[in-house]
This record gives sequence, structure tokens and C-alpha cells, in this order.
Amino acid sequence: MGPQIPLEWYLFLAAALFCIGAYGVLSRRNAIAILMGVELMLNAVNINLVAFWRFLEPGGAVGQAFALFVYAVAAAEVAVGLALIIATWRTRETVILEDVDLLKG
Amino acid sequence: MTFQHVLFIVFGAITLGGALMVVTRRNVFNAALFMILSFFGVAGLYVLLEAPFLAGVQLFIYIGGISILIIFAIMLTRDMMNPDLIGRNSQWIAAAVVMVPLCAILIWTVSSHDWAAAPGPVPENSILTLGQALVDQEGLALPFEVASVLLLVALIGAVTIARER
Repeated sequence: MGPQIPLEWYLFLAAALFCIGAYGVLSRRNAIAILMGVELMLNAVNINLVAFWRFLEPGGAVGQAFALFVYAVAAAEVAVGLALIIATWRTRETVILEDVDLLKG
Repeated sequence: MTFQHVLFIVFGAITLGGALMVVTRRNVFNAALFMILSFFGVAGLYVLLEAPFLAGVQLFIYIGGISILIIFAIMLTRDMMNPDLIGRNSQWIAAAVVMVPLCAILIWTVSSHDWAAAPGPVPENSILTLGQALVDQEGLALPFEVASVLLLVALIGAVTIARER
């Protein structure tokens, strides 16, 4: 039995999720909340990758493999990002990105 | 309206509703919990797309790993729990004004294309195919190793940056 849900539904959902995540990145002040927005955007990309794999090439492996690479990049990104946030917290006692202005002339 | 449609609507609502709460909650800890809910919805969508391995990976890496890391970081930087903090910056209206049309444009672009109908069922050995492709020298062995090196470098870098001096 193939999927009964059309591909467009997944693409619509991923588009909405991506825009919500991008809104979070642009509108939040907390550095960790911004990272969470990035994670939502990466999840939207992954939904697209898996949906295209399922609907266009279910016999191949490339779609799922690229979703796995996105996982690896997301894990690396969140590890380095949180380490930076903790280092900033140590030196500046803040996690509000507007207060991190060490490089401001 | 079949059972699959109902499941898609339920998981999609969990995903999008959780995501909306992530970007609007003022308390970052609440936002992190809603992010876990949203990730769970995405895992359900992977099951619907007949990618069980990715659904499991979603549970392990996102819900089990990344969410815990984020919650740890929230706990380590207590200031974020302060309820008096304003959650959004001064440009949030501009961000919404840009993002709503972007979403509309994306949806319009997707719907103006005639997408292929669903093919037959997924081969039963799709996980085997994926595993073999990842270690096949003609296939994806090189990107797989590069991803491994990237993870190693990122983890060493994270330890170095976050270490107490």
C-alpha cells in the first residue's frame, strides 16, 4: 500500500515549519531560543528530504542518507553553539545577544 | 479521509503547534519542552513516510540528545529562567512581516507544480540499501567519513570552547 497523502501536504508543512523557525531566529533575544529556531528549520529541511525520497526514489538511499548528514551537521552545530553560549555566559554573564557587543567599536 | 490522513493531520498539528509555541513562549524552558513535542511530531511524520530508521534516529538524536543538551544549557545559564525578560527583540514585527509572505510564496510555488503521484510501496530492504550506500566506496562513503570528521572536530571544539580556564 503506497502513501495516500499527496507529496504537497508534506511540502506545505515543511514550508510552514521552516518559516516558523526562521521567525524564531529573527525575533528572539535569547541565544538558546535562536538555536531552537535553527533546529526547527533543519527539521523542515529533513521533512522535505525524506518526503522527496519517499515519493520520487523510494528504491534509492540518497534522500535518507542526506537526512542523516543533516542530523550530523545539526548535532555539530548545536554542540558548538551551546559551548559558545556557555563561554559567553562565563565572561559576560548574559545570554541576550544584544548585550554581547564585545566587537562593537 | 483515511486513517493515514487523520494521522498526518494529528502529527502535523503537533509539529506546527509545538513550533509556534517554541517561537512565542517567553520562558525558554517551556519553549524547549514544546520543541521536544515538535520533534516528536516530525518523528511521527517519518513513520508515515515509511522511514522507520529515520524516525528512530529522530527520537535518539533530537529528543534524546539535542534537547537534553539545550535543557542543560538553559540550566547552566540561569538568567534565562527569569520571567521578567522580554522574549522577543525589537524587530519581531519586521520578522513576521517578512516570514508570512515567504511562507505564502513557498506554498504558492509548491502548489503551482504538478507533483508526481505516490509510487508503489517502499522496498522491504530499504534500511539495508541505506546502510550499504553509506559504506559503498562508489556511493556515499566519502561524505559519510567527512560527516564523522566534522562531528569529531565539532565535539573537540565544543569541549575546548566551553572549558573552564
